[in-house]
Amino acid sequence: MSNPLAHYLIVSAALFSIGLAGALIRRNAILVLIGIELMLNAANLNFIAFWRYGKNPQALAGVMFVIFSIAVAAAEAAVGLALIIAIYRHYKTTQVDKLDQMRG
Amino acid sequence: MISILLSIIPIIAVFPLLFAITTLLERKGLGRIQNRYGPNRVGPYGLLQPIADGIKMLIKEDIVPRSADWVVHFLAPIALLVPVLLSFSVLPLGRNMAAIDLDGGLLFFFAVGAATELAVFMAGWSSRNKYSLLGAMRAIAQMISYEVPLVLSAIPVVMLTGTLSLTTIVNQQAQFVHGIGSWNLFTPWGLAGAALFLVAATAESNRTPFDIPEAESEIIAGYLTEYSGFKYALFFLGEYLGLFALSSLGVTLFLGGWSAPLVFLDWFPSWGWFFLKLFAMIAFFIWTRGTLPRLRSDQLLRFSWKFMLPMCLINLLVAGLWQYSTTWAVPGAPLLRWVICLVLIAVPYVALARVIEPKVSKRVYRYAA
Amino acid sequence: MHWSFYIVAGLTIGSAIAAMSLRNIVHCALLLTITFAGLALLYLQLNAQFIALAQILIYIGAVAILIVFAILLTRGSDAAPASTRPLRGIACGVVIAIAAFATLARAIGSSAAIRQTSPAAQTATVRQIGQELMKNYIVPLEIVALLLTAALIGAAVIALQERRRSE
Repeated sequence: MSNPLAHYLIVSAALFSIGLAGALIRRNAILVLIGIELMLNAANLNFIAFWRYGKNPQALAGVMFVIFSIAVAAAEAAVGLALIIAIYRHYKTTQVDKLDQMRG
Repeated sequence: MISILLSIIPIIAVFPLLFAITTLLERKGLGRIQNRYGPNRVGPYGLLQPIADGIKMLIKEDIVPRSADWVVHFLAPIALLVPVLLSFSVLPLGRNMAAIDLDGGLLFFFAVGAATELAVFMAGWSSRNKYSLLGAMRAIAQMISYEVPLVLSAIPVVMLTGTLSLTTIVNQQAQFVHGIGSWNLFTPWGLAGAALFLVAATAESNRTPFDIPEAESEIIAGYLTEYSGFKYALFFLGEYLGLFALSSLGVTLFLGGWSAPLVFLDWFPSWGWFFLKLFAMIAFFIWTRGTLPRLRSDQLLRFSWKFMLPMCLINLLVAGLWQYSTTWAVPGAPLLRWVICLVLIAVPYVALARVIEPKVSKRVYRYAA
Repeated sequence: MHWSFYIVAGLTIGSAIAAMSLRNIVHCALLLTITFAGLALLYLQLNAQFIALAQILIYIGAVAILIVFAILLTRGSDAAPASTRPLRGIACGVVIAIAAFATLARAIGSSAAIRQTSPAAQTATVRQIGQELMKNYIVPLEIVALLLTAALIGAAVIALQERRRSE
């Protein structure tokens, strides 16, 4: 390969599918959130790999996007975990299978 | 390869030696503050006490509770020690003596400092002990609450120096103006920033008056309850090395790093100045440990969020004003700048302190007649 | 490729798989931390120094601790794992994930981007990032500040409400 980009993209694709598998398979809501965080991180890795090996790295577009992506992912994790804690207080469970009614 | 080893080996050799000396100095110093001798049996004036302590820690039995999660229990002291040792690598210990000159050196320091909190959680959770878990949660709550003032009080330095690289920050403070070094301490925002940084550093390294997580009279020993022998020694080492790292960062950011205070004292080696200032900070920490009472958990959290965070933001504003006021052409400008900035810091300081203190009645002293 | 890339990539993917498949949820959270650290090392290999340090500071220093706190607050210290899904459910999930990976790998393999020569390594110094943030990306910066404030207040309100209603 004239370009090590493919290696990083394969790692990113693998992380994304592992996160997807976890988010689909696991029942605990926190583990679903961990899967989502893995998917977001895989996307960040993708951005940085394309910034490094793509055209025009002087524009710093990849780095900027990842900065905002990290900030948004952290905010989303905070709100998601607060929701899980609130749901636990009400339903006394974190299994997503048991949260199947629209009324409390 | 040789240069890498030459930069790493002094750090690994010097700072644990400093740790041994500090344990002795602390016990003697605390003893004298409390009107007693410290340890004075081992060696002349107790000077060989650290060796005795080391031997004791090494030969103690390493007890792991049967229901404890032994993998996490084993990894927790290592997870504490490795980030702390990593954080020493960006500190400029002398002229041209930083192990690595990272472009984002300060960010690296705070990043690995944040990684130590996870080790505290690992220690508390893996012990399968209610008190350990409670102690670990309180310790983490304290550490993340004080991380915000710690970083915010370092931000004015970054703002006025224009770089995150610690060597550049010290190089800028090493210039002499009228024969006095231009340390960041000699500016109003530097003074307030150094005070805020010191308090936040005390809380980050779990020292008195913020040592609820590890005090003997609280919650047994917090997250360290189930640790004995060498693992406890590693925790102890990690905590003291964290204290040294934060003190060294305070010296680098505010006290001018390795530079001399006055231009004619420049002949003293730069690392000598650095270690003198580090000793001064350690002496300050030992002094506050012996003097101040302990804060309760809720008092400590309230202090962080309601007092230190607003003060750090006001300090940031004052630093901006200080930088902007260099363009004033009013006669008597230097004194005017100082007065305005000091007033802008002192008035909110007093006002905030009055607002957040709980209403306690005046103390009435009754003596035996 | 340098041999260190293979080691770090293997560590990252291995700990990600373990993080998603272990029974003990606290172990999952700690393995997620190792995954984040592996990703930070990959960013360092890609010359994105600021992003690597921000990854360690934010993900390991804040998000991992949030996850761990949420685990503690929703399970207590009991270690009894809940019943797992039937094998059919796990197989379906794995098949979907493998299908996703196969699609992505095929798209990567047939793209033109991986066959071009790459420019020389460009480091993004903090000064450049700061100038970009203040010049071209000032509007996203302000919006992210609003977003973070809203998320902070919202999370505090959501996690707080039950306590006030019950007393």
